[in-house]
Amino acid sequence: MALNDLLTGDALAWLGTEGTDSDVVLSSRIRLARNFRQIPFPNRADISQLGEVQAQVEQMLPGLEQGLGCGFDRVDMERLTPLQKEVLIEKNLISRNFLRQPQHRVAFISEDQCVSLMVNEEDHLRIQCMAPGLDLEKTFAVASQIDDWFESQLDIAFDEKMGYLTSCPTNLGTGLRASVILHLPGLVATRNISSIVNISPQLGLAVRPYFGDDKESIGCLYQIANQLTLGFSEEELLGNLKSAVQEIVAHEREARKALSVYMKDSLEDDVWRAYGILRYARSLSEKETLTLLSKVRLGIDLRIIGEVTAQCFPQILIGSRRSYLQNLAANENLSKNEIDRLRAERVRAVLQQCSAPKG
Amino acid sequence: MLCDDCGRNEAVVQITLLGPEGRVEKHLCQHCAANYGGYLFPTQRKDMSVNDFLKGVFNYAPEEEQKDDQTAEQERPQAPREDELVCPNCGMSYHDFLQTGKIGCSVCYATFRRQLEPILRRIHGSSTHSGKIPHRTGGTLETKHQINLLRARQQEAVEQENYELAAECRDRIRALEQQLALQEGGVQHGAE
Ligand SMILES: [Zn+2]
Ligand SMILES: [Zn+2]
Repeated sequence: MALNDLLTGDALAWLGTEGTDSDVVLSSRIRLARNFRQIPFPNRADISQLGEVQAQVEQMLPGLEQGLGCGFDRVDMERLTPLQKEVLIEKNLISRNFLRQPQHRVAFISEDQCVSLMVNEEDHLRIQCMAPGLDLEKTFAVASQIDDWFESQLDIAFDEKMGYLTSCPTNLGTGLRASVILHLPGLVATRNISSIVNISPQLGLAVRPYFGDDKESIGCLYQIANQLTLGFSEEELLGNLKSAVQEIVAHEREARKALSVYMKDSLEDDVWRAYGILRYARSLSEKETLTLLSKVRLGIDLRIIGEVTAQCFPQILIGSRRSYLQNLAANENLSKNEIDRLRAERVRAVLQQCSAPKG
Repeated sequence: MLCDDCGRNEAVVQITLLGPEGRVEKHLCQHCAANYGGYLFPTQRKDMSVNDFLKGVFNYAPEEEQKDDQTAEQERPQAPREDELVCPNCGMSYHDFLQTGKIGCSVCYATFRRQLEPILRRIHGSSTHSGKIPHRTGGTLETKHQINLLRARQQEAVEQENYELAAECRDRIRALEQQLALQEGGVQHGAE
């Protein structure tokens, strides 16, 4: 796949609507942090050492492609414009940390965009795998398979007591960060979200808004991830996260049910108004779009709205982001008004495209 | 469902405790759940980023040591001696680490092991890895792990009076133990 498709596509395989519990769980992500022995970690390595890391990973790639049966695109940070990098961040394919310095920072992104290998991020190698819905085990299995392949020929930094050695001690041990993105309009509307956010550290988990900040979340999207990486096996860490997510999913469904019973009229009105605005507005800010989109998705999941499919949700989620739109317009200098106009245009087009077949 | 601990209030969360005895699941009310802070995650300040948290962790150790040599030093306290420890591989000093919170290379972990262990326990509640082991650089850990698994299987086989399987396990354990002795470089003085 060409870089251009990577940037302009608005369908991401990891953000589909097919997976397990996908009425609440948007996607699952696994990240493994790995380093090579002796070579200083990227923050202390010189250019030739960074180059050595890049060469080692690169030389393993053909075998990896063969093993996974999937091609990878090489995305060199030194060759991307700032805007292009921002689009990849919006799509979760690279991290912001990756942009600090461009030299020998290379991402290998699988054709289906579910796997991204970042070379010389905070650690020499960051293996990131994503899947739609709640699917931590299979996603981890893919990440672990990739890890096995690199480990079969390269010496990975490991200590018998401390496990996989990482640049930041918060990743030490398993080097595993597992996270899940949740859509929680029911818990937000019933004001139950704060108890989940507050209780999560006691479960060794961190919950934070996916958009917005701790004070104000936008679009009812939350990310939950394991906080601890050392002292527990990968299975225990994933099991702990999974049971917490399942618990949240059950609460979210109950909250939605309560809303649709006790607040039926105002909920329906709210959902249809949101849909009406997205369907016909000529100018939409990012915040307004995400807020309304959350209501529309809730309406689709509760079968209040039948004329569009849930697929509009991920497409608008990606397709209404600022950098994505600027890149699509091939113009880095659009004014806010121009972007808002483009966004509304884009949203209308997606909703048209996702019209449910009349049955 | 009622809270498992007080039996009075409605349970609002399910907690999975990961402890030495394995997984324990509990349904708790908000009030009782608060008592479990510290079990898994020692610090429970609400909105704290990982970086804030780390700063707290790293500042902690030197402050404690400063208490020991509190003798009348009006100027800035002398850096503790371990600040001068330097990694032979990447040249990072322990002082650098306290400043940045980032480790320099894999050898740093061996160099600063003693200083890092209490910090790791504060971050993770543990300082011992119990997850995946790489084949190439896992050292003797993988072999030890296999031996433990085989011992458990041998025990099980004996209990089920499957002596054939138990003997098979015993032989494989022996072979692995010999391999382990070689890996650890211990010269066998005419074993048996
Ligand atoms: Zn209680
Ligand atoms: Zn070092």
